[in-house]
Amino acid sequence: MTDDVKLDGNAAAGILQQIFAVEVTMASGTCDGCGAVEPVGAVSVYARAAGTVLRCPHCEAVLMKVVTDGERIWVDLRGLRALELSV
Amino acid sequence: MAGTAVHRRLTWQVAEVVDVVPETESVKTLRLDVPEWAGHLPGQHVDIRLTAEDGYQAERSYSIASAPESEAVELTVEHVEDGEVSPYLTGELRQGDRFELRGPVGGYFVWEPSRGGPLLLVAGGSGVVPLMAMVRHRVAAGAEVPTTLLFSSRGWDDVIYRDELEGLETNGLRVVHTLTRSHPDDWIGYSRRVDPEMLRELGPAPEERPQVYVCGPTPFVEAVAKALVDLGHEPVGIRTERFGPTGG
Repeated sequence: MTDDVKLDGNAAAGILQQIFAVEVTMASGTCDGCGAVEPVGAVSVYARAAGTVLRCPHCEAVLMKVVTDGERIWVDLRGLRALELSV
Repeated sequence: MAGTAVHRRLTWQVAEVVDVVPETESVKTLRLDVPEWAGHLPGQHVDIRLTAEDGYQAERSYSIASAPESEAVELTVEHVEDGEVSPYLTGELRQGDRFELRGPVGGYFVWEPSRGGPLLLVAGGSGVVPLMAMVRHRVAAGAEVPTTLLFSSRGWDDVIYRDELEGLETNGLRVVHTLTRSHPDDWIGYSRRVDPEMLRELGPAPEERPQVYVCGPTPFVEAVAKALVDLGHEPVGIRTERFGPTGG
């Protein structure tokens, strides 16, 4: 399979809902690098076999990294300054 | 948080194949019975997980093709050469077979009549699948939102849902095909990739503030989205869904 294909936040909807237990692609995320605010569904996603990297569509900074081995999920959120969800 | 919507953990469930319907030479629709299906919105997808005998697992996302009103959950899958999952889904699955899926997932790439229009749907190849769920829902819900589906395929025999789309062209739904590699001798439609001129000719114009949904391979989506923005459409009105070879 091909690595590092650019997709979008829709492709991460399943793993994100597994983590947050809510639908996240409609949430607004703020990039810690450039301050841009976008729906998670509109950010860039690069998916590999075990890992998913979400990047800012404006400055390409890493927003979030998710790695899973099937039993655990490891989440790095340091590039995401804020996440705003509707309740 | 009491009373807030959809706080439910995603769990894997078992889907059973009710029927396998060929769409084109390389594309099939799987009609599924998912006993615990909670309903879906047009544009959402599911994750599919296949487990080999040695425990190796492969996961892929597939858009839901059926309208929420449909009894069966339908996925339309394109056979990707060298893919890990799609050759199994399109070549091996038979009625009565079972596999794991979870969903529906996603919310960003969703259209409902309440979002209004006019609606512009731009599909590249099997990128038509989530857009077809929107078109089918539009019909089933009796919505009259003016809708244009611009559908780019390689050739006339590669057009997914061709006959059904012909039958749906009433009541404010316009279907426009462009054939990028080959076309019948008497073809009078578009025979090139989607470009700014085509999008301008077809409309709706940016001033009409259309809801735009673009789905296809990543280069297709990026080219169409850029063309739309160059024509003056608001980026915020353009929703995109890309798929790549990892969809295989």
